[in-house]
Amino acid sequence: MQLYLPIADIPVNVFLILAMGAAVGFVSGMFGIGGGFLMTPLLIFVGIAPAVAVASVASHIAASSFSGALSYWRRRAIDPLLALVLLCGGTIGTALGVWTFTLLRSLGQLDLMIAMSYVILLTTVGGLMFWEGLRALLRTRRGGAATIRRPGSHGWIHGLPLKVRFKRSKIYLSIIPVIVIGLIIGFIGAVMGIGGGFILVPLMIYVLRVPTSTVIGTSMVLTLVTMVFATLLHAVTNHLVDAVLALILMIGGVTGAQFGARAGQKIRGEHLRLLLGLLVLSVGVRFAVELVIRPEDLFTIRETGGAG
Amino acid sequence: MTARAPLTLAAVLLGAALTASPAQAERLIVSVSNHRVTVTPNYSGEELVLFGSVEKDASTPASRNNYDLVVTVAGPRADMVTRRKERKFGIWINTDSRQFLKVPTYLALFSNRPFDAIASPEVQRRQQLGLNNVLLTQRVGPDYADVVPNDAFRSAFVRLRSEHGLYREATSAVTFLTPTLFRTGIPLPAEVPIGTYDVEIKLFADGALVTKTDSAFEIVKVGFEQFVATTARQNGLVYGLVTAFMALMTGWMASIVFRKD
Repeated sequence: MQLYLPIADIPVNVFLILAMGAAVGFVSGMFGIGGGFLMTPLLIFVGIAPAVAVASVASHIAASSFSGALSYWRRRAIDPLLALVLLCGGTIGTALGVWTFTLLRSLGQLDLMIAMSYVILLTTVGGLMFWEGLRALLRTRRGGAATIRRPGSHGWIHGLPLKVRFKRSKIYLSIIPVIVIGLIIGFIGAVMGIGGGFILVPLMIYVLRVPTSTVIGTSMVLTLVTMVFATLLHAVTNHLVDAVLALILMIGGVTGAQFGARAGQKIRGEHLRLLLGLLVLSVGVRFAVELVIRPEDLFTIRETGGAG
Repeated sequence: MTARAPLTLAAVLLGAALTASPAQAERLIVSVSNHRVTVTPNYSGEELVLFGSVEKDASTPASRNNYDLVVTVAGPRADMVTRRKERKFGIWINTDSRQFLKVPTYLALFSNRPFDAIASPEVQRRQQLGLNNVLLTQRVGPDYADVVPNDAFRSAFVRLRSEHGLYREATSAVTFLTPTLFRTGIPLPAEVPIGTYDVEIKLFADGALVTKTDSAFEIVKVGFEQFVATTARQNGLVYGLVTAFMALMTGWMASIVFRKD
């Protein structure tokens, strides 16, 4: 069934978009991430302009993270204070990100920037995750305890001023690194059209040492608010949010996520991290290959103004 | 010098009279099958039909029976940028670019036989027959000009637009049903731009322009599409709020529907 998207200005097959939403939703439910880093490239692949894809995926992630956050809230797995402090940074980061996005778009380097950030971010994070997962797996093979490693002392982070006690997470921590992390996630989220959950979760675990019980729920709150904010800003400044596209994605996404979450519970933690690392890494590598090989067409056209 | 001035003037007047007089001899009557194409949720392209006839009058030379027809359909105009990727530091990035100013977003040229057979290259150029001869203004440094047809950016621009079905040229698309009655189809692809389309019909005989006429149609979004697109553009904040609210509702509903307990 063809449906004409009012903002993207192209007709798409509804079932294809639904299926894409469901597939990405499955993965995101399984790993407890937003899945924007998969959704945005897929949309670009079916012919939706990168700018529209990035802006519309923001609202899709908002939907899936809200449904996730609600269930974590019921299980009291969210640290409200930690979420609030993260949000302070996240909001500023998102605003900066949308502003950068608009700037890059006018310079004609948006596509390159999106591709480059995907390559750098995904290969690095994916590689690290994969490596971590592999090591954890090998340790369990050898019969060692498969505990989550918390490397280093990170003395300098704990030596920073403005310390606050985060009760539900049971940590005593300076708010400065928390705000900085929020800012980074908000920024890359707005520029790249990703929720950033897959970066935020490791950062919170390894840098802030947030216990695993509250980490996913809290990160979802941050994702939720930054993505709602990003949706609003993209709608106001760039007029690029396609609500029809977003709705189809959401419906597919939230459904897929439920099945993904169930599948995720059946897989062991180390395996899950290994798989996620592999997935993130392969998306990153795919973008890298695209940048390096000679493109099929050296020329591209972009409308810059005049008739709408 | 002074003696030659009236002579030149006379020549100009004569020339004008000569080119003007055939215009009265024939008249073109045309119509488009639909003057208002609406883009609905299931819009996936459409084809319009343009038909018309050549009306002769008493001053038409009796020997003139073989007409040629060229139909030019130009969509709403917009500024566009063509960028060229080059390999820099091992990766392919956009380097050089050329800006096209107020060029048609959709452009179609149809005729009953090849342009070379209709008119001389000079006439083709002047009357903008064929994609190679249509004026596509570029910003070249501080100047505005069209360039030669085989310019890399121009040909890439035309090629890319053609690949999307947005620029097209068909030299057998116009059919003469009788010597004076003609028709042609105007295919509109799915990703056709919204706006007003100008149709120019030019009648040629013996390699020269005889007369021309204009028509137009518009492509509009209606109903829901129109509503969404206008709201997004004019009330960005409200649109964003509604979209965000919709996202939250979807998420909330999902958490209710799939609640495990």
